[in-house]
Amino acid sequence: MTNEAKILDPLEIAEAWHRQGRAVALATVIETWGSAPRPVGSHLVIDGEGAFEGSVSGGCVEGAVIGEAADVIASGVPRVLEFGVADETAWRVGLSCGGRIRVFLERIDG
Amino acid sequence: MQLSTLEKLNEARAARRAAVVVNDLSSGRAQVFIEGEGFPAEWEAGISETLRSGRPSLATLAERSVFINTYLPPPRLVVIGAVHISQALARLAPVAGFDMSIIDPRTAFATAERFHGVELLADWPEDVLPMRPLDPYTALAAVTHDPKIDDYPIRAALDAGCFYVGALGSRKTHASRVERLRSAGVPEEAIGRIKAPIGLNIGAASPAEIAIAVLAEIIGALRHRDRGEQGRAA
Repeated sequence: MTNEAKILDPLEIAEAWHRQGRAVALATVIETWGSAPRPVGSHLVIDGEGAFEGSVSGGCVEGAVIGEAADVIASGVPRVLEFGVADETAWRVGLSCGGRIRVFLERIDG
Repeated sequence: MQLSTLEKLNEARAARRAAVVVNDLSSGRAQVFIEGEGFPAEWEAGISETLRSGRPSLATLAERSVFINTYLPPPRLVVIGAVHISQALARLAPVAGFDMSIIDPRTAFATAERFHGVELLADWPEDVLPMRPLDPYTALAAVTHDPKIDDYPIRAALDAGCFYVGALGSRKTHASRVERLRSAGVPEEAIGRIKAPIGLNIGAASPAEIAIAVLAEIIGALRHRDRGEQGRAA
């Protein structure tokens, strides 16, 4: 792995952030339908302040996932989020490519 | 996910070991399993399949809805021989996502001016490989067609279960190579895994075209790993 890839690796970042005492949530693409910008298994890491690295889409739904992450960090209860053009929210955060994705969002517990 | 689970996963990834994480979608409980360490019997099939294909999947294990994520090491390419083909490969392989190293003890060939952006080791494979072991997520291309240099790494790659082992040389050169490997006790099945002549048969003529044929063959071997032709997991 190149150094740059390592520096930007969401899972390495999640571990490092947690070690720095930051609250950390991890989002993972668990299912996709149609054309989806990021493959199943892709990660996005978010901290308690809303800082993030990685991606679960081409930038379409990250904002919404980061918003939900605050709740997951507060409660510790994981949740599954779904985004797609069929959603009510699609007009705001849907995938412009017309696909649908499901994202698992969880807190990293020490 | 527990921090300890994340740490174990990152440790395995850093050590180039394939790993899976089984995530219980309702509880958030996550477990990490490392290839070669054995899995719970009831999960064996699901986890093994995910590892083989490299594709994460949703599954129902023990009546629980889980997501099995898979983390395979990034593919590497080790080239034996700092020749003209290797110069073209050094430009192509990183574009295709491979970490590439070149090993050649002949310092006249292995010069930094001829190779940019890839790791260059001007030493004998016998000296280099024990410190940087080959593994099932590594491809080896031996292109010196000098037995003194090529034979050892070819054997090492077969032993390590590299997903691709290719060797440059005419059919005649390869026939004598096969004879040497045979008399050294390398099993017939392992010898049969060597791709020689190296590269897809696209009528490649120039060094750059040969490099493209080699890289295409390597990508084919990587993507078809799950069809059982190459894969000899460690």
